[in-house]
Amino acid sequence: MSEKTKAPHDYQLSQLRVLESEAVHIIREIAAEMERPCLLFSGGKDSAVMLHVAAKAFAPARIPFPVMHIDTGHNFPEVLEFRDAEVARFGVQLIIASVPEAIERGFVREEPNGSRNRIQTPVLLEACEKHKFTALFGGARRDEERARAKERIFSFRDEFGQWDPKNQRPELWSLYNGRIHAGESIRVFPLSNWTELDIWHYIAEENVALPPIYYAHEREVFDRDGMLMANNEFCRPREGETTFTATVRYRTVGDATLTAAVRSDARDVQAIIDEVGATRQTERGATRGDDRATEAAMEDRKKEGYF
Amino acid sequence: MDLLRFATAGSVDDGKSTLIGRLLYDTKSIFEDQLEHVEKVSRDKGREYTDLALLTDGLRAEREQGITIDVAYRYFATPKRKFIIADTPGHIQYTRNMVTGASTADLAIILVDARHGLVEQSRRHAFLASLLQVPHVVVAVNKMDLVDWDQDVYDRIHAEFTGFAARLRIRDLMTIPISALNGDNIVERSAASPWYAGSSLLHHLENVHVASDRNLIDVRFPVQYVIRPHTKEHHDYRGYAGTMAGGVLKPGDTVTVLPSGFSTTVEAIDALDGPCEEAYSPMSVVVRLKDNLDISRGDMICRPNNMPNATQDIDAMVCWMTNTPLRPGMKLVIKHTTRTARALVKDLQYRLDINTLHRDDSTGELGLNDIGRVRLRTTQPLFIDDYGKNRDTGGFILVDETTNVTVGAGMITDSS
Repeated sequence: MSEKTKAPHDYQLSQLRVLESEAVHIIREIAAEMERPCLLFSGGKDSAVMLHVAAKAFAPARIPFPVMHIDTGHNFPEVLEFRDAEVARFGVQLIIASVPEAIERGFVREEPNGSRNRIQTPVLLEACEKHKFTALFGGARRDEERARAKERIFSFRDEFGQWDPKNQRPELWSLYNGRIHAGESIRVFPLSNWTELDIWHYIAEENVALPPIYYAHEREVFDRDGMLMANNEFCRPREGETTFTATVRYRTVGDATLTAAVRSDARDVQAIIDEVGATRQTERGATRGDDRATEAAMEDRKKEGYF
Repeated sequence: MDLLRFATAGSVDDGKSTLIGRLLYDTKSIFEDQLEHVEKVSRDKGREYTDLALLTDGLRAEREQGITIDVAYRYFATPKRKFIIADTPGHIQYTRNMVTGASTADLAIILVDARHGLVEQSRRHAFLASLLQVPHVVVAVNKMDLVDWDQDVYDRIHAEFTGFAARLRIRDLMTIPISALNGDNIVERSAASPWYAGSSLLHHLENVHVASDRNLIDVRFPVQYVIRPHTKEHHDYRGYAGTMAGGVLKPGDTVTVLPSGFSTTVEAIDALDGPCEEAYSPMSVVVRLKDNLDISRGDMICRPNNMPNATQDIDAMVCWMTNTPLRPGMKLVIKHTTRTARALVKDLQYRLDINTLHRDDSTGELGLNDIGRVRLRTTQPLFIDDYGKNRDTGGFILVDETTNVTVGAGMITDSS
């Protein structure tokens, strides 16, 4: 076929490849313009995809910034194992900001309900200050939650790490403004335009490794407020809650005291894609105690410096 | 599956949120927990029907004040396409928000209330879609149920809008009579409008041809980042990473690098999945060149017989986005492709009244949400194209040097 006969639609990327290119552009932009970036890595599927995309953005060189895990101490062991394996595989430096350690030295205090969701924010901010990070990559997506839907890809944070939804920098074309004063920082969300289903299609196409808890397995669980909680050292049934064994998987991975499992037989990526495509519940609505607290739970936490 | 980005614009109460809620609902993009929430709030508020507009309800700060603060992004997909909606509020700071949402849009939907016809805001929205060169514009004449699906009403609005659009640079314009509330002409063509021969809104969104909207002629590759692995295995590797901003680039092509002006040959192109024979917009790639030239971020790779204009004098339509007005003599930071420079406002030629398109050349400043023609002088040359020819090499942002806030957006008018 001669070049002249090629039509514009021959030069078209699939939507997933457009999203991937956009994410790579954003990640490279930060690496080029910001002094000390860092990638937040929880071991969840979104951060796993983000790390995978970051590696592709700089190949054959290594990822030119460290990754940080905000360790609440309430971890699924499979996730910690996965974290360490990924860090070794990509040859990146791992920084751990530990909530239990911060509790021990009196920097933060354990909340009455035992959740460390809120107190991880000061620990995150302290670690940023200590390491002088000017930009933090997060795997948040705009389809997750109503506050996220309005956040910029480059999200400016003041010296307290706070997000001000009424005072965001306009973001046009693919031009991003990461200029800051000392002490201020930028949170960067390269996967902003991805949906949960996009993440899973990408995991399938790219063979992205994930912690095994994302796939269906047998687990001892109990029912709490309509959510299936795992019976483990962080989360024991209260009176009236009885445990039973069920085939479940996790749709999100967060603090083990708050993150619920869903009943599922999806043991591989394709089965999960079929399940997610047919599901009638949002991932946060179905599995996250932290977002159920109030209607504006996420908005409030972001204003305090959370992702 | 490909991607369509579209922006929605409408005045207050045109039913924009209802339309978006309807699109999400009818494409089954609404989850049960979201719908239950909306049903509950609708009941609490004493509504007679489930108010789909509540689906796009945003922040608490907005609900408390009953306003929309900012651009919100929504997502849905059909078997044919994935869609990203930039939902831009109609009132507060509407110019700034619509310019932001329209900058990346393939298509803009402008909502008009059938009972009120074309109002001042509809004209503004049409003008902004034209200024931002959104390739496709759809006028959704909403609330047709409230005018009993009267064809004359629709025809009048259609004729009036087409007449106004003729004065603008809108390449593809279409109007559709709809009722977002009842879902008429949204997914399926409605029996309520037998006189309407066009397609439903969703059918149009799924089928509008956008592949030709990109510039595939003029090769533009702004160097974003230099990749040097410094490893034994890749000791001499030197790759220029960036996103294709125009044209089709191939290994073996002769290229010229700006600003140096040196020419060389493309040795290889590494896409994200390995070697690539053709790179085009919006691919993120790494370009390797035969000769070792001194190339860094902000340089532009193009073809020797097809180069952008390298200049320090920039003429542009600028949309001003902050309270402190733009005045001649002001110094700003300009970000254009991957290049950043300082810029002096040499001249403000006129302010455009976006309702009447009247040019006011007696003005000395541009206020918040004003648009005007500005001449800038930059500290170093930028490699520019006319915005109408290439949105990526024709658009720039202006940043305040002191506050670091993005204060303006510019669309280059380059006649050379």
